Amino acid sequence: MKSAIRTRRPLALAVAALVGLPLAITGCGTTSSASSTDAVKEISVMDYYNNEPDKSFIGDALTACGIKAGVTIKRETVPGKSLVSKVLQQSSSKTLPDVLMLDNPDLQQIAATGALAPLSDFNISTTDFAPGVLSAGTYKDKVYGLAPTVNTIALFYNKDILAKAGVTPPTTWDELKTAATKLTSGEQYGLAFNANPTYEGTWQFLPVMWSNGGDEKNIDTPETAQALQLWTDLVKDGSVSSSALNWTQADVKDQFMAGKAAMMVNGPWQIPALDKNAALHYGVVKIPVRDASQTAVAPLGGEVWTVPQTGNKARQAKAAEVVACMNSDENQLALAKVRNTIPSKTSLAAKFAADNPKLSTFTDLIKTARARTGELGEGWPAQATKIYTAIQTALTGKASPADALKQAQGQ
Amino acid sequence: MSLTTDSSQANQQARSRANQRAKPGSDSVRAREESPSPRRRSRKRRERLFQWLFLVPAVIYMALFFGYPVVKNIVMSFQDYTTATFFTGEAPWVGLANYAKVLSSSLFSTSLVNTALFTLGSILGQFVIGLALAIFFQRKFPLNGILRSLLLLPWLLPLIVSSAVWRWILDKDSGALNRFLGELHIVNTGVPWLTSTSLALIAVVGVNIWIGIPFNLTILYGGLQEIPDELYEAGSLDGATGWKAFRHITWPMLRPVVSVVLVLGVVYTLKVLDIILGLTNGGPANSTQTIATQSYDLSFHEFKFGEGAALGNVLVVISLVFAVLYLRASRRSVDE
Repeated sequence: MKSAIRTRRPLALAVAALVGLPLAITGCGTTSSASSTDAVKEISVMDYYNNEPDKSFIGDALTACGIKAGVTIKRETVPGKSLVSKVLQQSSSKTLPDVLMLDNPDLQQIAATGALAPLSDFNISTTDFAPGVLSAGTYKDKVYGLAPTVNTIALFYNKDILAKAGVTPPTTWDELKTAATKLTSGEQYGLAFNANPTYEGTWQFLPVMWSNGGDEKNIDTPETAQALQLWTDLVKDGSVSSSALNWTQADVKDQFMAGKAAMMVNGPWQIPALDKNAALHYGVVKIPVRDASQTAVAPLGGEVWTVPQTGNKARQAKAAEVVACMNSDENQLALAKVRNTIPSKTSLAAKFAADNPKLSTFTDLIKTARARTGELGEGWPAQATKIYTAIQTALTGKASPADALKQAQGQ
Repeated sequence: MSLTTDSSQANQQARSRANQRAKPGSDSVRAREESPSPRRRSRKRRERLFQWLFLVPAVIYMALFFGYPVVKNIVMSFQDYTTATFFTGEAPWVGLANYAKVLSSSLFSTSLVNTALFTLGSILGQFVIGLALAIFFQRKFPLNGILRSLLLLPWLLPLIVSSAVWRWILDKDSGALNRFLGELHIVNTGVPWLTSTSLALIAVVGVNIWIGIPFNLTILYGGLQEIPDELYEAGSLDGATGWKAFRHITWPMLRPVVSVVLVLGVVYTLKVLDIILGLTNGGPANSTQTIATQSYDLSFHEFKFGEGAALGNVLVVISLVFAVLYLRASRRSVDE
């Protein structure tokens, strides 16, 4: 009997040790915070450019900016979809990086939590930036993030298909409808866009909505209804496949590249893929407006760089230097060229458009481009959901465009 | 799923605890005959201590990985929990406001009906096909083992891969399914499997059935193997063959396994998220929106964590109903 108990004792000890182990581990985790008086040698950066070639373009620019500021860069790239949840996680565990990249519509959401430092604290200049870029980076009158380069969407068209059908690139909605019908035959659709039930579907609808005077504050207006009527008509008459309801922007590009769509709504980030196919000749024009007298208003895309509130003033100062350097004129021009994006300073637009004629339509659009969060700030996600819900309701024929918008706005 | 595995674990623990209690009891009878009472008392105390020590790891594990998330989720559902909460830690108490908001939303009834249809359709399809295949594989024929293991394939693929492949197969214009049907002249225009409000839910249920068949097949096949051959031999002497044998021998003998498969299936299907997100994102026009996808959307796209948690809890309660049904059914079978 006694011996049996003795052999059990080590086991009990082991059990007790196992129980204690996790506590010991968690105890160790909180001891590594450097004091702010030390000279800063390294700063951490987090962004979502996790695919080549963007990963290297951004990485190289960061490294160069780090050298200029006298620090080495410890960079982490995370997948785009998990960036915001990662940031929230880090802000609750107080482990935010020194420099943080955010997709521009998320900036105000994160700035509202108090996790970011206003860039005015570090005397970073915000002159010459396009108004859309600044409004995306501003929360409650303070600029929290700046984007070196930005993007938007426009209408790509297949030159060969249009020439063969004798169609010129459309500039108004009526021309768009006629062109799309004319270009639809057999397995080929006239136009491809995406209208899926995510923010991407909303994003692609914004150009027609905004150019026609629609506003996100209240989508139950005749202007927005007219825009949604256009989208609905295009799907209803078969010049856009109803698959648009489930396509992503990448799917839209695939349709265009396969010759299954003569025109598409898409952004400049697709250019490297399109250029890989030497047989594909394409042009880019602004997304048509209802009336020729209207100006095309495009939605602003792109990522802003921010300085989180890490509580370490010395590190924040260095981080601000890096953010300023990323937004310098030279970096804007260089990054825009290699990444097929547009410099966000309007002062650089003329020079850039002359050097990169392929991107001139996009460069032109950025001057008047509007930020999604410009009006609603943190309220944007809820309203963006209403917009794509209305698009889906109208395109599936469950309600007329006007009714679909009314329902969605009332939700 | 986790809920039911918990409860079955709890069952086992309860049983083993009962065994432990029984054994020391018989020991102590012996002890009473051999030794005086002070020693007996200290031994008893020590045994009690050991019993606790063995329980402690499991209790800590359950508290950390099941207790904490559940409690946190319940607390969160009564708070105005936003992105700012993560940084400031402040989440004002709002009582039942989150529940009132999600339950009164016009989308809730749509999601509830879709969840019911999705679960019912998936379970029915998975179970019937799984059972038919299980019975089919009962026969001895060449390549039986290989074919059976090939059928496990859908189970082994990551869900996000399956849904990406199915999304392509079901595409209206260039999808493999429509091409196939077109070649056979069954349809001549592309069927909008994923983009028609009347077909999308059916398509999603179909894919979920495909994914669920291996689970049903494996467990039902195992259950069938347990039925003694003598029963069939005896039955055949009395004229019970074919359908009659199934009706009077297979089905009654398989009942306990069937109830396990069905309840696990329901709980598992209720919470399906990735397949729907991968195939349709809840569209078109919310026709494949379920409570699970809506809760995910509220929390991670609209950043309304409180409302998302409230809706998540509604789903947990629905699952719990089935888990309780399962517990009662299994207790009854133990009692029998």
